[in-house]
Amino acid sequence: MSERVVLVGSSVAGVRTAQDLRSGGFDGEIVMLGAERELPYDKPPLSKQVLVGTMSEDDIGLLGAGGWDGLGVDGRLGQRATALDVDERLVAVEGGDDVEYDALVIATGVRPRTLPGGLGDHQSVFTVRELRDGRELSRALAHGGPLMVVGAGFIGAEVASSARSLGVEVTMAEALAAPFDRVLGTEVGRHLTELHRSHGVDVLTEASVAAIEPTRDGAVVRFADGRSREAATVVVGIGTIPNTEWLVSSGIPLEDGVLVDEGCAVQAAEGVYAVGDVARRWDPATDVYRRVEHWTSAVEQAHAVAQQIIHPLAPAEAAKAPYFWSDQFGTKIQMVGRPGDADRVDLHTFEVKGVDRTVALYSSAGAFAAGVTFGWPRGIAACRAAWASRPPVADVERTLHTLSSGMAPVA
Amino acid sequence: MRIHADIGKCQGYGNCVAIDAKHFDLDDDGMVVVIDDAVAPDELDTTEEAVRSCPVSAIWTQAAGGPADE
Ligand SMILES: Cc1cc2nc3c(=O)[nH]c(=O)nc-3n(C[C@H](O)[C@H](O)[C@H](O)COP(=O)(O)OP(=O)(O)OC[C@H]3O[C@@H](n4cnc5c(N)ncnc54)[C@H](O)[C@@H]3O)c2cc1C
Ligand code: SF4
Repeated sequence: MSERVVLVGSSVAGVRTAQDLRSGGFDGEIVMLGAERELPYDKPPLSKQVLVGTMSEDDIGLLGAGGWDGLGVDGRLGQRATALDVDERLVAVEGGDDVEYDALVIATGVRPRTLPGGLGDHQSVFTVRELRDGRELSRALAHGGPLMVVGAGFIGAEVASSARSLGVEVTMAEALAAPFDRVLGTEVGRHLTELHRSHGVDVLTEASVAAIEPTRDGAVVRFADGRSREAATVVVGIGTIPNTEWLVSSGIPLEDGVLVDEGCAVQAAEGVYAVGDVARRWDPATDVYRRVEHWTSAVEQAHAVAQQIIHPLAPAEAAKAPYFWSDQFGTKIQMVGRPGDADRVDLHTFEVKGVDRTVALYSSAGAFAAGVTFGWPRGIAACRAAWASRPPVADVERTLHTLSSGMAPVA
Repeated sequence: MRIHADIGKCQGYGNCVAIDAKHFDLDDDGMVVVIDDAVAPDELDTTEEAVRSCPVSAIWTQAAGGPADE
């Protein structure tokens, strides 16, 4: 068993690895490096409950009541890993001492992509990734709107929803013709766009930002086609970039993330793993490396890696169904599987207890590929249970019918 | 061991159900339902995994007869 495990990254993937190592009986040393000075916190509430004020900063802490000591972790905050030497098994650290490892877990996540050409370098322009972003954005929204959200992705959409519930006027600008198209496809993207419009969000399409000009109380956002809007606050949500620069000199394989095998191990380096948003894991079923930014995947991967460090000879835990949730305008939007793999999508409405619930079922050559539910957690639970065996999509539809009409069990 | 749930915290994310459908279900409003709160020793690993998977710590296990088990 490894004697010293070094975790780089102090967010959910890193903290869960530490917790799972301890609950699995690991009694060696655990060192955690975190670039941020904040105690580890959870990110999903940053665009939701923390913005609207229903959860406090204390509510999103990840360490638990016992803190570092309770976990038995040497937490080194404000210390950024700057390089990795896989032969010497050494991590170079800025702001602290370099550290040797027997096992290394890379959990450095991603950071928001910013607008090109320094367009967003202005104090009224925000991205939402870290606690301090959430803090500053809350403060900005408390002064009222209007808010301009650039990019129709999930985080921007959640910020839009949170801002509307605070009574702030919101415009969302998407460069493509169909908002949410990239993740959900055109039809389902349209459904989600309608949800936004019906809650008063002004959704602009084919609106690509050409300039953001500072004004006395905010900015003017100018689009390439000549349109423009004034905003007190601008939130940019246009995708992410994996935090792998510090690994370039190590020679481990990097390509839109750290390439890892089925068990999240870096094949080319002994004792090195990657988990969470930064990891691009090999999927044996399709022979494709995939990187997903889903909370649940980070937690599953953390568990799988902790198990491997403790039991190096046991087979690695297989990946589970990709699963994501989002909360917008009081509706839970939940997704299982990979809509991008599908060649067809059908929207269905199921009536449950007098309320219509929309479900999108995606299929590839007739086999169930993905499901998205709007406001029906029980429906997504059934889709999740079905996903592993990729049944005919008609079977999934039938299961949902049964579920909507009575008391059939979910799984 | 017994399962406890804080319905007020549950967000209907359903991670518990995906891992341990023997003990957890969701109702039509998306709230967790503990189908059977007793966990046999050989089920404990799975139930603990379900507990850990909850993003909002709305479920937990406790030895039967413990303080929260009146
Ligand atoms: C606003 C927001 C809302 C979200 N909502 C949802 C949701 O509703 N549902 C869902 O499934 N997922 C959601 N997600 C995604 C989910 O939060 C991520 O999948 C999860 O945070 C991934 O965790 P991670 O530990 O891999 O990476 P991260 O959370 O990105 O953490 C990486 C950590 O590493 C640190 N770090 C980076 N480089 C270094 C370095 N060189 N040295 C030391 N430390 C370093 C960073 O400071 C950071 O603390 C949301 C994310 C955001 C930002
Ligand atoms: S995982 Fe947690 S939030 Fe999700 S349904 Fe279960 S108890 Fe509720």
